Amino acid sequence: MNMVVCCKQVIDPEAPPASFSIDSAANKVIPPAGIPPVVNPFDEQAIEAALRIKDAVGGKITVISLGINLTRDVIKKPLSMGADELILLEDEAFEGGDSWSTAYALAMAIKKAGEYDIIFCGRQASDWDAGQVGLGIAEILGIPSVTVVKKAEVINGKARVERVVADGYEIVEVTLPALITITNELGEARYPTLRGIMAAAKKQPIIWKPADIEVEPSQIGAAGRRANLVKLFQPVREGKCEIIEGDDAADTAAKLAMKLRGLKVI
Amino acid sequence: MAEYKGVMVLGEVIDDKLAAITTEILGCGRRLADELKEELSCILMGGEVAKVADEAIAFGADKVYIAEDSLLKDYRTDSYIVVTEKIVQEATPRILLLGQTAVGRDLAPKLAFRLGTSLATDCLELEVDTKAKLLSATRSVYGGNARAIFTSESLPQMATARQKAMSPLERDDSRKGEIISVKVEIDPAEIRTDVIEKVEEEAAGIKLEDASIIVSGGRGIGGPEGFEQLEELAKILKGALGASRPPCDNGWTPTTAQVGLTGKIVAPDLYIAVAISGASQHLAGCSGSKNIVAINRDAEANIFKEARLGVVADWKQIIPPLTERVRELMAG
Repeated sequence: MNMVVCCKQVIDPEAPPASFSIDSAANKVIPPAGIPPVVNPFDEQAIEAALRIKDAVGGKITVISLGINLTRDVIKKPLSMGADELILLEDEAFEGGDSWSTAYALAMAIKKAGEYDIIFCGRQASDWDAGQVGLGIAEILGIPSVTVVKKAEVINGKARVERVVADGYEIVEVTLPALITITNELGEARYPTLRGIMAAAKKQPIIWKPADIEVEPSQIGAAGRRANLVKLFQPVREGKCEIIEGDDAADTAAKLAMKLRGLKVI
Repeated sequence: MAEYKGVMVLGEVIDDKLAAITTEILGCGRRLADELKEELSCILMGGEVAKVADEAIAFGADKVYIAEDSLLKDYRTDSYIVVTEKIVQEATPRILLLGQTAVGRDLAPKLAFRLGTSLATDCLELEVDTKAKLLSATRSVYGGNARAIFTSESLPQMATARQKAMSPLERDDSRKGEIISVKVEIDPAEIRTDVIEKVEEEAAGIKLEDASIIVSGGRGIGGPEGFEQLEELAKILKGALGASRPPCDNGWTPTTAQVGLTGKIVAPDLYIAVAISGASQHLAGCSGSKNIVAINRDAEANIFKEARLGVVADWKQIIPPLTERVRELMAG
């Protein structure tokens, strides 16, 4: 199985909300001091989905990541987990894009990288939360897609997946090649082993510039945007929390129950 | 070059009725259409949906496009996109709205790329500049930590709305509208996915999305046994049991109980958050609640910024006496 996984380096979504701040003049988030970036957790789970298939039926996993100033030991983590090859679209021209220009660049890189059976993406990036790039890649490449998948296997040359829906899941079969987006219900991504880390340390990422993947400069990065970001801001949280205290736990609980009665919710 | 005019909504039908999200985006669409002085239309697709057309009109649509076919009975990307694309290309709406649901998440981005247009997903607010005729979409981003306002010059301007973020109109069965039957032409060979089986995992009883009281547990509950205690409280309150993501990821609760950005969006009268820290992704799911009560032993927990009432204590000390007091109050 030839598998491609798209990974994005993002600000750590587990960073405490208090550490979050915005530069309003630039409409950009200020990376929180002392908290290193991470691979988008849903993308790590996409790597895990690919590794489970590699464990079962063998294959090759190529990771592609678009960004600038990518932190090497962050973006190489998929290699430490067991992916085979890392391609970086690292150039100013790729920067500042939206779902459109990003999907276009990644799709062209995937075309250049060679044959593929399955493309895995995380269901959304934890920074912009758009959930579009994976589907955009599938549409540009003309392949079928299944979204929010929590389990993926290859059976008789097709992918058989479990797609999460509101009240449970569907078991779906899709012809290959296909693009699959992965959701957290897949389970925890494996930790890199020491051997994996050492093997990854020896591997150098392949770096592609726009000319390497034959893209129109006007279609990538900020130039290729179709959405305009007007404003980025933090919502103001109004309201105060009334803390209930009592002589002991039972007393506090009783006071809380009376408050709820007062609110007419019980 | 066709003129782009009007607001169009892609509706969803569940159990022969409009899905709640559809009534909400019709309400939003009606407001936008009125400001633009243009029409509001609604697409309904499925096996048999013609009977729901009148409901769509009663909730604000001027026109309803009915697309019926056995191949549309269950949602599939490849069949739904072909039919929607055809209707949109013929009707050329200025604005196209969908719900941020299992269908919307799957269909909207692929449709946007197929139409060559831009899409704003999971919108909390949608406004229109009547002079420039530009849709202004306010999205939740950075896991709920921030808001971003987007516009786009590509057409149609597409957006998906978060559930419970928009308000439906009062149902008015005296409203009149036009019903248009769409000829459905789908090549079955073009449908590249096959649903082998549907598995329901949701606990019986009140659905989280509909519950007026929810008792919800977080990482601090520590295991499935703790959730049994919360479930007892939820039962007495005649409410539903929810959870933040870690308990679901750990298998302490079914994943269908997850409240949050990538889980259920809830807006009950009362949301009791037990041992939940209040990460933004979780708050995105419950901030629509009328009253949030937080029980957490960490006084600095982010949940206290969102809660109306709080108790700073170990939940294990509070929940048993709280359950007893509530039982007494509700019996008396």
